[in-house]
Amino acid sequence: MSNQIVQGILLGGYYALIACGLSFMFSVMRIINLAHGSLAVLSAFALWLLASRFHIPPFYGLAIVLPLMAVIGWALQRFLLERSARGGALLPILTTFGLAIVIDNFLFEQFGADTRSLAPFIGSLSYDSWEWPGSIYVGKLAVIIFVAAVILLGGLQLFLTRTGLGRSIRATSEDPDTAGLVGVDARRANAVAAAIAMVTVGLAGAFLGMRATFDPYAGATQLLFAFEAAVIGGAGSLWSTLIGGIVLALAQTLGAKVHPQGFLIGGHVAFLIVLFIRLYTSGLGLRGLLRLSTGKAS
Amino acid sequence: MNAMPNGAILSATGIHKRFGALVVLDDIDFAMGAEEAVGIVGPNGAGKTTLLSVLSGAYPPSAGTVAFKGGDVTALPATQRCRLGLVRTHQVPKPFGGMTAFENVFVAASHGAGLSRDEAYEEALGSLKLCGVLGVANRRAETLGLLDRKRLELARALAAKPTLLLLDEIGGGLTDGEAGELVETIRELRRRRIAIVWIEHIVHILLQVAERLICMDAGKIIADGEPQAVMADPQVISAYLGGGPK
Repeated sequence: MSNQIVQGILLGGYYALIACGLSFMFSVMRIINLAHGSLAVLSAFALWLLASRFHIPPFYGLAIVLPLMAVIGWALQRFLLERSARGGALLPILTTFGLAIVIDNFLFEQFGADTRSLAPFIGSLSYDSWEWPGSIYVGKLAVIIFVAAVILLGGLQLFLTRTGLGRSIRATSEDPDTAGLVGVDARRANAVAAAIAMVTVGLAGAFLGMRATFDPYAGATQLLFAFEAAVIGGAGSLWSTLIGGIVLALAQTLGAKVHPQGFLIGGHVAFLIVLFIRLYTSGLGLRGLLRLSTGKAS
Repeated sequence: MNAMPNGAILSATGIHKRFGALVVLDDIDFAMGAEEAVGIVGPNGAGKTTLLSVLSGAYPPSAGTVAFKGGDVTALPATQRCRLGLVRTHQVPKPFGGMTAFENVFVAASHGAGLSRDEAYEEALGSLKLCGVLGVANRRAETLGLLDRKRLELARALAAKPTLLLLDEIGGGLTDGEAGELVETIRELRRRRIAIVWIEHIVHILLQVAERLICMDAGKIIADGEPQAVMADPQVISAYLGGGPK
């Protein structure tokens, strides 16, 4: 039992990693990016390409792929999301849905339907493990992913609260018009936020590829996990995303213990329970669902 | 053509603003000097707030030009105007609710006034102190009451280091004592040579600060000049009291 809990917590780190970009983009730009999972898979394929064609190990490949993801995020916001956001709340959702289809099929066209993994390119790291007291085996990669998630979330939290750019992003997320009135360039803040979100997606995609397999249509599942973790945690702070990820992963691992097919069901059940409690206590609407500050007096 | 009086900090020429068929501003010409304090009064719907929005860059005029510090700013967004020193406050305070009062002001000092970290820190503390909200500096803005929100709104605008401050009904809903404090704060801004345009319904506090009064009605300026004279103007009285028997 304690083995499942440890594994669940470590897996939660991965879910927090993939969820934080999604909830970050939602809390800053009010955009639900349905291409989130596909972008993670895109990053995994880019690393796979670098590793298999150019013999660049994935951890070094990140130095190329992550800046590329940042550029993609910046361009996405400036040329696609910003424009579609002017058309109302629904249009960005449809736009990113379309984008997901484009990315999935682009990957299918380029790489075919084969299932790939980055595991062969990271040596023994993919299966090495430490033995903890009580015959608990923890994978080194799982620990690395968890630590990376904590560092990333903590770093992002520090960035948002301690730097001028971070504060301008928070001000923009509260009220872009008013932020403009006090000299904050809201367009720039949004573009930077999108770039950061894509870097986190890129990293999540890398770890997805290392710890498991992926194919061109794997994005939808990752989007689902990210969405479930983000909603369970709520977008209040980045740490709550980590909690959300851990709760989702624990529910999944415990579900798998109850029944061999119970992995996904366990996560969905936890998600739905939280969803119903949220709807019951804060009413309909995504803002309440994600426990965003409404700017009104309490 | 560009009738700019000597030393004018802001001039608006031929401003029209239409929302669909509704004409809200109808050929407004307005100029003011640096360090001047101008009050704007007028019945509800006269177009006062709309004029402020056009001046601050919230939306462009349908026709006409706005010049600030001698340059045409008609096409500049609010962000750029703020950085030039043209800052406004809202009638209903709009703090960044999830951030502390200090952070609200600090953002304006570092982005609006373009100050370095340490300078912005000092400026933010100074603005909070001047507006009497230093005591709640570390509280999240969404937990503040209306009075503190109004003070914070002013402090945030000040931290952006304006040369011209546009105030939209910051006196509304205040008690006499609170209004007195507000007048003292505004007088201090005057001593700091900040030019002020102040829309206010509570005329007696406005008259304590304004050296020039403008009365608007139905999108036009109907009186402009020395405050007491404007208040005694028959057109102004008729606009406020709904017109007497002809």
